[in-house]
Amino acid sequence: MNRLGKGILISVIVFLFAVSSWAVAFGQEIKIGVIGPMKFVQGQGHWNGAIMAAEEINAKGGIQVGDKKMKIKLIQADSNEFLSVTDATNAMERLITKDKVDFIVGGFRTEAVFAMQDIAMEHKKIFIGCGAAHNELCERVAKNYNTYKYWFRVTPYNSTFLVRAAFIHLGTVAAVMRQSLNIPKIKVAVVMEKALWADPMVPAAEGAIPKMGMEVAGVWRPSSVATDVTAELSAIQRSGAHILFTIFSSSVGIPFARQAGELKIPAVQVGINVEAQKDGFWQATQGMGNYVITSNTYARGLEANELTKPFVDGYVKRFGETPTYTAGTYDAIIMALAPTIEQAGTLNADKIVSILEERVYKTTTATIKYMKDAEGRHLHDITFGPGFATGIATQWQDGKLIGVWPNKWKVTPEAPEVTYKGVQPIKLPPWVIEAYKK
Amino acid sequence: MALVIDIIIGGLISGSTLALLAIGFSLIFGVARIVNIGHTAFYMVAAYCIYIATQKMGLHAIWGMLAAIVLVTLLGMISYKALINPIREHEGAVLIATIALAMIFQEVMSLIFTGTYLSVPALIKGFFIILGVKVFYQQLLTFCAALLVMAALWVFLMRTNLGLAIRSTAQDREVANLMGINEAQVAMITMGLSVGLAAFTGAVVVPLTVLEPHMWMGPLIMMMAVVVLGGLGSLKGSFVGAYILGFAEALVVFLAPMGAYLKGPVALSIMILVLLIRPEGLFGVSFEEER
Repeated sequence: MNRLGKGILISVIVFLFAVSSWAVAFGQEIKIGVIGPMKFVQGQGHWNGAIMAAEEINAKGGIQVGDKKMKIKLIQADSNEFLSVTDATNAMERLITKDKVDFIVGGFRTEAVFAMQDIAMEHKKIFIGCGAAHNELCERVAKNYNTYKYWFRVTPYNSTFLVRAAFIHLGTVAAVMRQSLNIPKIKVAVVMEKALWADPMVPAAEGAIPKMGMEVAGVWRPSSVATDVTAELSAIQRSGAHILFTIFSSSVGIPFARQAGELKIPAVQVGINVEAQKDGFWQATQGMGNYVITSNTYARGLEANELTKPFVDGYVKRFGETPTYTAGTYDAIIMALAPTIEQAGTLNADKIVSILEERVYKTTTATIKYMKDAEGRHLHDITFGPGFATGIATQWQDGKLIGVWPNKWKVTPEAPEVTYKGVQPIKLPPWVIEAYKK
Repeated sequence: MALVIDIIIGGLISGSTLALLAIGFSLIFGVARIVNIGHTAFYMVAAYCIYIATQKMGLHAIWGMLAAIVLVTLLGMISYKALINPIREHEGAVLIATIALAMIFQEVMSLIFTGTYLSVPALIKGFFIILGVKVFYQQLLTFCAALLVMAALWVFLMRTNLGLAIRSTAQDREVANLMGINEAQVAMITMGLSVGLAAFTGAVVVPLTVLEPHMWMGPLIMMMAVVVLGGLGSLKGSFVGAYILGFAEALVVFLAPMGAYLKGPVALSIMILVLLIRPEGLFGVSFEEER
C-alpha cells in the first residue's frame, strides 16, 4: 500500500473512532447496569426482566430525553453475591467506573446490597433495588437523605411488610384448618433460616402468633444452606405442630420441603420459601414439595392488575418459566425510570430523584407510592396494603404453582374484600386431613 | 426417651455420611501422604453424573451410580497422573493443586448447570418408623453403606496382596520400594480407590442433598474435622471420629433448636477440644518418626 493509501486508511479509522466517541460522549444511549447473581435464578430474573423492558422501550424508538430520543443499553454485572460480598462491590465499582452506567437496577442479598448501595450513592448513581427487603436499606434514605436519596426500592416490600403478609397467609391457612379439621388450638412451628434478613422475624413471630390465637410449638433456625433437615423435622413432628411457618430465602427451602413432604409431616407449610416461588422447585423436590404455600409475586393465571397478565404471559413465552420477583427490573426500567426521565427531560440524577419520589405509578404487580417515615422524611420504600402492594401467595398443587391469595381478604373487618382475578382455594395435604380429621 | 432415640438415630445417620467421605480421604493421605482437598469435589462431580444419567438420560438410579463411580474414578486417576504425581514430593504444591482442581470442577459444573438447585430421586423411596422416629430408606442405605465400606476395606487391606502392598507403603514408602513394591503404582491405585469411595458416597448421599456447584465445600470442612479428630491417616480413627461429630451435630439440633445452624461450629469445637488433649487425634501416630 502506498503512502497515500495508508494515509486514507488511517484517516478513516480516526474518523470512525471520533464518530463513535462523539456518540458516546454526547450519550445517544442510556446505559443501565443490571447487577445480580447471574448464575442463579434470581440474577437471571433481574436480567430477563431488564431485557424485556429495554426491548419494549427501544422498539418504540427509546426514551424521550428533552428533544432527543435515547435508546437503552443494558450492561450485565454478575455480583456473585451469594458467595462473596467483595465480588458484589467490585462488580458495582466496575459498572460505575469502567462501564459508566447512568442507572443501576437489581441486587438481591441484603448483606451485599448494603455494600453496593454505598458505592452507588458515593457516585450519585440512581440504584433501584429489585430483590433485597431489609428495612435499613430505605431507612438510610431518611437518616441521611443527601447521600442515600439515589436509592429506591421497587420490589419486594420491606421485611416488616413481608412478615406482615406472611402472618396474614399464616392466619388464612389456620382459618382453613380450623374450619376443615376442627382443631381447637393450632400449634405453629417457626422455622427460619439463619440469615440477617430473617433475624428480626423471630421475635416478631413469637409475639404475633399467640395474639392470633395460636401457640408457638418451637423455633428452629437451620443453616440457610443446610442440605439435611431430618433431625429438625423429627423434633418438629414431636412438637405436635399443625403448621410449619417457614422463612427461607436460600437453598434450605428445597430439602426442607422435600423431606417434610417425603416424611409426610402432618403439618401445612406456609410462609416465605423463595425456592418454592420458582418453576424448578417441583423437580428440585422430586415432586415432594406439593402443597407448600409461599408468599410470591407472580403466578400464571393470577392478575394483580391489568398489567400483570401481559407481562407474565410475555415472560413465559420468552423464557419458558414463571417470572420470580427479581424480574421486577422490568418495572424498575419501564414503569419507574422511563416515564420519570421523560418527565424530567434530563438524565440528571437529582432532578429524577425529586420527581420519582413523588410519583404514584402502576407496575405489573402493584401501585407504587413511596412512603415517608413518622417524621415525614422520604424512605423511597413501597407502601404495603390494598390498592398498593399486597403481593400474592401461591401453593404448589400437583405440579402447578397456583395463586391462592388474596382471596376475599379483608385488611380490617370493616374493609372491603380483596380478591385477585384467577385466585384458587387452598388445598390441605391429604396426610394432614387424615391426621386430624375427626 | 423419645429425645434420646432421636439423637441416636440422627447421630448415626449424620455420622455415616461423614464416615463415607472421611475414609476415602484418610486412605490417600495415609498411603501416599496426599492431602486431596479436591476429594469432596469428586463427590460433587459424581452427584452431577448421577443427575445426568437419571434426569437427562432416563436411566435407572443403579446404572447412574455405577456409571458415576466408574467415570469419576477414571477422572481421579487421570487427575493424579497428570497433576498430582509430578509434584508429589512437594506437599504444599499438592495442596494448592488439589484446591485448584476442585475450583476447576466447580466452575465447569457452574458453566454447564448454572447455580440452579437440582436433585435426584432416591434409590429406595419412602421411609419407615423405628422406635417412633421416621427414617428414610435412603438414610438406612447410607448407614449400611458406611458399615459395608469399612468391612470391605478391612478385608481388602488385610486379606489381599494389593492391600498388603498398600499397608506396606503406608508404613514406610522407602522400604516398600526397596522390597520391590512399585510405590508410585500403589499410590495411583490408592488414589483411584479413594476417589471411587468419594464417588460412591456421592451416589449414596446425593438423593438426600441438593445439587449445586458449591456443594463440595460444606462437607469438606466437616470431613477434614473428622480426619483430624480421628487421626490423620487412620481409617479406624476416621470412622470413629465421623460418628462422634455426627452425634455432636444431632445433640445441637435437638437440644438447641434455635441454634441448629451452629451444629457445624459446635462439632468443630469438639474437634479442637480433643486436639488440645491429644494433638495427634484419637487414633493418630504421635511422632512422624514412629511411622
